[in-house]
Parts: sequence; structure tokens; C-alpha cells
Amino acid sequence: MSIRVRAQESNGVINIRALMSHDMLVPDDDGGPHFIETVEIARNGDTAITANWNYTVSRNPFLQCEIDGAAGDTVTVSWTDNKGESDSTDVEVR
Amino acid sequence: MISTKRRVFLKGTLAAGTVGVAVGAGLLAPSKLLAAWPSEAFGAEGLEAAFEAVTGSSDIADGDVTLSAPEIAENGAVVPVSVESSLDNVTEMAVFVELNNQPLTAHYVLADGAHANISGRIRMGESSNVIAAVKSGDTWYKTVQEVKVTVGGCGG
Repeated sequence: MSIRVRAQESNGVINIRALMSHDMLVPDDDGGPHFIETVEIARNGDTAITANWNYTVSRNPFLQCEIDGAAGDTVTVSWTDNKGESDSTDVEVR
Repeated sequence: MISTKRRVFLKGTLAAGTVGVAVGAGLLAPSKLLAAWPSEAFGAEGLEAAFEAVTGSSDIADGDVTLSAPEIAENGAVVPVSVESSLDNVTEMAVFVELNNQPLTAHYVLADGAHANISGRIRMGESSNVIAAVKSGDTWYKTVQEVKVTVGGCGG
């Protein structure tokens, strides 16, 4: 499991791109459904965006979003799936 | 099929019970989807039922919402979708695929400082209308675009 995150600030807005490694199994798959239900995007510890997803989000999900902030802030991307597995990554905003 | 529906029903019942207790105890604002993963909304079958579960109404007015998606997607397993709005005070956003078994694909809750501009990649089982909706103030607005899918992406 891994999350790759890029967070770049321009004119007071942080552009965040996150690529999460997850198979996102649909109900017809062996072991499915097994998918990320919730993703949280936080800046300096405060939640800015909460994503709730169905299994109809593509495998190895990609999420791009924008929040107010500055270079040097810490952006945290974390997810939890429907079987209780989770992952989290911090990056410094460039 | 029967067992699947029964499982969804049971999950929905349990979730509703928990949320009801929390609202009664004053722990939650009475907004429908701001708490845990909204299993009832994701399990809803049919577009009107999904709209109802997310917004409280089976119809959503057309409004200032920009949906960017391909007119033709060669691979239904990976369809890039961007939703953007210049409306003020957007607190929620949602993406629906009309002809997927469960239309609600993604639901976003935005706190202060989050912009109404989110992109992702979704699965489509067949050609369908894709609906992007945003909640501005107390009102939801939507935009609809048809995406033609050459190869479906929901397995089976």
C-alpha cells in the first residue's frame, strides 16, 4: 500500500494530487467488494475535504483537489476501506 | 441477488439506527451525509432514489456546475471526471452515473478553505448520463453529460 501525494501552492491555493494504491474490488471480484470508502484531506491537522466513495471509483484511485494554504503547510491524505484497512501520508506543500 | 439485497437492507437498518441515536443525543447536525460513510445513499438503486438519499429530493435543479468528462470513453474502467463550480459556499459535491447499479459514485464534504474543484476517475458499466451536483447554501444544483463507453468497466 502506498499513497503518492504532490501538493503545490500558487497564489494562496494548494493544488493536491493523490494517487492511492488499492485494487478497489467490485462485488463480482474474488474477495470483493473491497474498496476505499473514505478519504480525508487535511491541512495542518484540520480536515478540509472528506471524500466518500463507492466501489465504482477506479482501481488505484486518483484524486485532485484545491484548498487554501501556503507553502510549508503539511497536507495529510489518509484513507479507510470497507474492511477496516487504512493508509496515510504527510507531505510538505511546495 | 436476494441475499445481496438483504445484506444491503440490514446494513442500512443498522446504520440508520446508529445515526438516529446520535442525532437524538445532539451529537450530529441534522445534515444527511456529513457523518460516517453513507451506506444508504451508496446502496440506492436508480437515479431518483440516489438523488433522494443524497439531497432529500428526487430531482435536482440545473445550475452553475461544470462537469468535464470525455464524450467517448474507450475504457469504462477508467473515466476521468472533473467537477467544478463558481457558486458560493459549496459544502458538498456528488457524482452520479445514471445506469450503474448503484448510481452514487462519489460524495465530497468541503470544509472552509476547500474549493469546489475536484477531479477523479470512475467506473462506468455502460454508456450513461453522468451527473455532477453541488450543494451551495441549502440548495443542490446539477449538470448532466452523456458519456459513451466502448468497453464497460464494472466486471462481469
